[in-house]
Amino acid sequence: MTTIPALDVVELKKTYANGVAALKGVSLTVQPGDFFALLGPNGAGKSTLIGILSSLVNASGGDARIFGVSIRTQRSAAMRLVGLVPQEINFNLFERPFDICVNQAGFYGIPRAVARERAEKYLKELALWDKAFESARTLSGGMKRRLMIARAMMSEPRLLILDEPTAGVDIEIRRSMWKFISAINAAGTTVILTTHYLEEAEQLCRNIAIIDKGRIIENTTMKRLLAKLDVETFVLDVAEPAYTLPVVPGVRLTQVDEFTLEAEMSREHDLNSLFAALSQGGITVRSMRNKANRLEELFVRLVEAGAAKTGKEAA
Amino acid sequence: MNRMQALQEEGRGMSANPNLVALGTITRREVMRILRIWTQTLLPSAITMTLYFVIFGRMVGSRIGEIAPGIAYIDYIVPGLIMMAVITNSYGNISSSFFGAKFGRHVEEMLASPMPSWVILTGYVAGAMLRGLIVAVIVLAISLFFTRIHLYHPWITLATVLLTSAVFSLAGFVNAIYAKKFDDIALVPTFVLTPLTYLGGVFYSVNALGAPWRELSYANPILYMVNAFRYGLLGLTDVSLGVAFVVMSAFAVVLGAIALRLLERGIGLRS
Repeated sequence: MTTIPALDVVELKKTYANGVAALKGVSLTVQPGDFFALLGPNGAGKSTLIGILSSLVNASGGDARIFGVSIRTQRSAAMRLVGLVPQEINFNLFERPFDICVNQAGFYGIPRAVARERAEKYLKELALWDKAFESARTLSGGMKRRLMIARAMMSEPRLLILDEPTAGVDIEIRRSMWKFISAINAAGTTVILTTHYLEEAEQLCRNIAIIDKGRIIENTTMKRLLAKLDVETFVLDVAEPAYTLPVVPGVRLTQVDEFTLEAEMSREHDLNSLFAALSQGGITVRSMRNKANRLEELFVRLVEAGAAKTGKEAA
Repeated sequence: MNRMQALQEEGRGMSANPNLVALGTITRREVMRILRIWTQTLLPSAITMTLYFVIFGRMVGSRIGEIAPGIAYIDYIVPGLIMMAVITNSYGNISSSFFGAKFGRHVEEMLASPMPSWVILTGYVAGAMLRGLIVAVIVLAISLFFTRIHLYHPWITLATVLLTSAVFSLAGFVNAIYAKKFDDIALVPTFVLTPLTYLGGVFYSVNALGAPWRELSYANPILYMVNAFRYGLLGLTDVSLGVAFVVMSAFAVVLGAIALRLLERGIGLRS
């Protein structure tokens, strides 16, 4: 039996009235239950794609089906299956969080008694219950972001789209938000995430698409994508100032400051020869870590490669 | 049950009509807003109309005398003043509330929901009409301190208030859809509604005007609303009641169709 994809985007196009082509025929598929990362630099088309999927932006061409339901021909039925956590705060700041959640459920046709129960449940789960009956204006930035997650959960959607939900949120709250969303995903909700914190995408998501200049430039599993990275950079903290660096074949060793070295090498290269050479040179390594997360390195390379290709084509 | 129905049931998980629940939600939210900021929504009309009754009714009106046999000038202007309050409040409620939702981006809560456009429109119009009705009752109650009004035709009175309120709610909604800044929703009430209301026979009978002002007055839709309402309260009118209801109904239908079309196409709302 074939599984109906949670999201099936087919040749989706969007050209704005000012002539900007934000999407130039995007196609991608997200399977039910997936935790899917949609990444791309600023202005790549992520928000336009999410806007179309949540019916806030009209597509110029193509279609998207949510669990088999077309957003173009069956908008209402499709929207019933989607929950959106947008990038910008978009609730009424003069209303109370409890009312914002209950009203949101009402827009989805959920009776008030059920809505009140759900509002209490999700506001408690997102640690907002003590603020539930205060004006939304009084919430901190992190609380406002959590309120938008609680609001999106009011309809208990099968597909939850999160557009940079942790932007500007401190690390502690960010972690609690991911814990909540991971639990929602584990319970069966398909999650699509866009974020600029790539280490989070690497940790949380199983599949990934990278969009740039309105086109999908990569769409694969996180494992396969990370396997493409053939070079790694390690940061080494050394015990004494290292003035002369040994030459290690296959390793580019550079000095960052008196007590810090960087070693860039192929993933195939073993670390033993590096440590042997450092040891011979009288350099004691106290600790070692990856310079950046692997996904970030890949992301930058893919986008830069795309930009170089576009430059050549334009030339 | 086909797959579509199954999906809908699954997403809903409830038996209540989702569109009715959504409609109730918007209407309730609008009413709560009106009551929350009652000093901005209900009080100003009460104060303004009290001043009209005192100045135009008592002080100026006492020198004018009777407009028709047994009808003092202050009695004559009551229906027009109530209509004036209904018009400005219905229009102002929907234009400020819907434009505020656009400006604050919380209109996206509704646009991204499964609600059909007609539910959004009906909910906002219902809220604005309720404000129009509440204000009409308040102004009528105040007028009882100054006049002895009798309801000659209650159903005509009620039908006129509802239709007038619906027409100006829809007009306010269209204004809010096109508005890009708060100034845009203040222009129409200042430069269109107020002059049309003052020239719509609130303070005088158009029969007292000479040509061509009298004929020109018949092109003003507010004239029909004020006169139909005056007929309901006093049994007096300058226009045919049938024509008045045709004009009001036609405006309601045309403006409703325009508002719905704009909402469907996402003009000013969806990029």
